[in-house]
This record gives sequence, structure tokens and C-alpha cells, in this order.
Amino acid sequence: MAGGGNVVATWLNTWGFPPWLNSLLTGIIYLVGVLAFIFLNVIYLIYLERKVSAYMQQRLGPNRVGPRGLLQSVADALKLLGKEDIVPRHVDKWVFLVAPIAIFIPAVLLYAVIPFGRGLIAADLNIGVLYFLAVSSTTTIAILMGGWAANNKYALLGAMRAVAQMVSYEIPLVFSILGVVMLVGSLKTTDIVAAQEDVWFIFWQPVAFLIFFIAANAEVNRGPFDLVEGEQEIIAGPYVEYTAMRYALFFLSEYANLVSVSALAVTLFLGGWQGPWLPSWLWFIIKLYIMILLFMWVRWTFPRIRIDHLLKLNWKFLLPLSLVNILVTGVGIKVYQWLSPGRW
Amino acid sequence: MANRIERKSRLGEDLLIFWGRCSKILYQYVVVAVFLLGAIGVAVAALAANWLVRPKRPVAGAKGETYECGLETQGPTWVRFKVSYFLYALIFLLFDVETVFLYPWAVKFQVMGWFAFAEMIVFIGILVLGLWYAWKEGALEWK
Repeated sequence: MAGGGNVVATWLNTWGFPPWLNSLLTGIIYLVGVLAFIFLNVIYLIYLERKVSAYMQQRLGPNRVGPRGLLQSVADALKLLGKEDIVPRHVDKWVFLVAPIAIFIPAVLLYAVIPFGRGLIAADLNIGVLYFLAVSSTTTIAILMGGWAANNKYALLGAMRAVAQMVSYEIPLVFSILGVVMLVGSLKTTDIVAAQEDVWFIFWQPVAFLIFFIAANAEVNRGPFDLVEGEQEIIAGPYVEYTAMRYALFFLSEYANLVSVSALAVTLFLGGWQGPWLPSWLWFIIKLYIMILLFMWVRWTFPRIRIDHLLKLNWKFLLPLSLVNILVTGVGIKVYQWLSPGRW
Repeated sequence: MANRIERKSRLGEDLLIFWGRCSKILYQYVVVAVFLLGAIGVAVAALAANWLVRPKRPVAGAKGETYECGLETQGPTWVRFKVSYFLYALIFLLFDVETVFLYPWAVKFQVMGWFAFAEMIVFIGILVLGLWYAWKEGALEWK
């Protein structure tokens, strides 16, 4: 039923299950795969981030736990698992307790529409990209819940900044993707990858890629846009009152979102899993890590920007630029259609 | 009697055909539902694992106080907030609604003629006008 080139679904079809069971099993298999992917990636991304930042600042970084410090993140995760869970006295208890779960759900749900390789996609929805944007925007609510419920001024400041920033940068992010959607004529992520067999969309939509990259940086609260956490002024923003596993879930979701937004960038602009010689999933991982390293490079290079500059950059530069990009793309496609009527 | 059974079975067939049409799309959302439940399950399981192994000491004294760099917190936290945030939220809402219209248009862009293109240019033009007005009135300034 859910076949259509999907490796797992096609394999399950050979067993002759009823379609609902087939979908259910497909979902479970992909869920296990995606969770393993998230946990492994996050554990080693934290290590990678610390190492990259260390080498950029001419330090060594973690090098005590395991060979070259490779087990540092594992040790940190185990430590967080055994930590006391403190719920401060003045918090809004239920919201405070639910927020870490609420932030983890979209982080996992986003991976449902990522094509990891040829036929490796959990749910090839016909509204794939829109689904990704819709689900990712609910992260804002979870951060606001955490920040508000903590009854802490730093947390509330961080949460309000998170809302202002994530909500604002969503607009250019969404508009930059429009150019790609216009070129493909579909919101399916697999169609978008298939359309890039000859030329990656980064060459057709360089401005859109730039806008996407900047806005994505702000969406995951990283790099020069980490006002939400702002360690030096508001400690850790919305996460300041969280301890143990609740804090770990926030941290995990943050890195999971970094991976998924990089995966979306790869899918939309860098040709997804397309590439010669190597297997498709390997190409995907290589491109994914190039994107992630780009994010890290930016984060450890630029200083944090002020909130008025942040919003000015968004509303007075990125938004008009993305609108112009849509216009130019539209005119370009129409002129191309007009010049070569046979192809369309 | 036989007639009724037949009608019943025909209704069943119709439903099956209808279901067959919907199911192709809906079965994909079974996967999404599995992801949703799985995410909740893993988050709860992680918290439960934490609950099993952590030391359980009562939150007493200064431990349960709000942590603001060691200083006692001054006044209530849940107060009315700076209005600038809400201004940005309003403009965001405007443009977010616009995206709802723009996405279907972008999907069908290549098969539609110049008319649809011109129409959308007018639509975006009106919004740009709105943005320009907000800009001019200073709604985009952080004060």
C-alpha cells in the first residue's frame, strides 16, 4: 500500500499483511531507525561541537573520557540520567513538567518527511515541506511553556525572545522555500530530491539558500542568534530552572532540530541523496555533515547580535529580499516557459 | 430480508471503495501517528528512567527557590510584557496567513498562465504595501 519505492514498505508487502498493519510496521521500523539516528547523532554532535569550538579557539576540548575524549558525551548523558530532578517551589507545575515532552515531540516528528536515501523515507506526505514547517513552528510553544512556567525572570526573558525571534524568522524561511516549490511544482520531499538530478537547487536559488541558512540559524537558536539562551546575560534562558532528564530533553531536542533543519537544507538545496558512485544514504550523511559543520563554523565565528539588530535584519532585509526572490523566480520560470514551449 | 442484506453489503462495498481512495493518503498518517506516540513514549520513558535511578530528596529551603544568579528574586515575574513583542506577532500573523495562500499557488505555478502570476503579484503587492506602511509608522522599530 504505502510502497511507491519505499524500501521498508516494499519489503513488508512481500509478507502479505493487511495495509493498516503494513503502515503500522513501517512506522515502527522507521521510528526505531530515526530514534537511533537522533540519539547517535546528538551524542556525537555535542562532542563534535565542543571539539570544533575548541580547535577554533586554540584549545584541545574534551580529551579525558575515552580515546580523544570520544566518550565524553556518553558520560555526560549518563550523569544527567542520575541527577536529582528539582521542581522549584514557585513554578506553574503542570506546564513546567509537560514542556520537555512537548519540545521533544516535534523534534522526532520532523524526521518523518526527511528522505534519508533512495526510498528511505518514513512518510512521503504530499504536503511534506508544509508539514515540516508546521511541525517545526510548534517548538516555539514548548519553549514558551518552559520559560513561562519557570517563574524566573531570566527564563521569561529568554522565552519572549524565543517567540519574537522564531516567529519572525519563520517568514523568510517559508518564503525562501517557495522558490524551490515553484521550480518543482510539488511539496513532496521525494519529488524535490528527484528534480535535482541534474542541477542542485542551490545553483538556481542561491539567494534563497542564503536566506534559508540565516533564518534556519535563527530558528534553531544558534550562532549569532542565540539570544534565547544568551549564557552571559540570562544564563540559559528558558532552561535555567530545569535539571536532570528534563534539561537533557531540551538539549537533545535542540540538537535534533539542528540535524533536521540541516537535513531539510540538504533536501531542498543540495540535491538530497543524489550523487555518483557512493550509496545514496552515504551521500545524504556527507552533505548533512557539511551543512552541520557550516552551522558550527558560523556559530563559533560571529558574536551574538542585539535584539533590535536581529529584528531589523529580518523585517527590513531578509523579508523584502525573499519577496524579490519569489518575484524573480516567477518571472524567470515564465520567461523560460515562453522561450521553450516544447519542454512544458 | 435478502434485499436488506444485499443493500447492507452494497453500502459496505461503497464504504470500502471510499476508504480505498482515502487510505492511500491516510495510511501515511498512520506512520506520523506512530512517530507521535513513539516520541511521547520515549520522552516519558527517559523521565521514568531518570526517576528510577535519581536520588529522591525533598525540595526544602533554598533549594526550591527561583535561581537568579544567587540573588533573591524581586517582585512578581508574571507581569505585563513589553508591547513590541506583540506588534511583531501581529505582523507575523499577517504574513503567515499569506503563506497559506502562497503555497498552493507555488505548487501549481508552472501549469497556470500569466493571469495567475499577475494576480499573485497584485496580492503580494498589497502585502508589500502593508509592510511599507508598518515600516513607515515605525512598527518595525525596537523601542
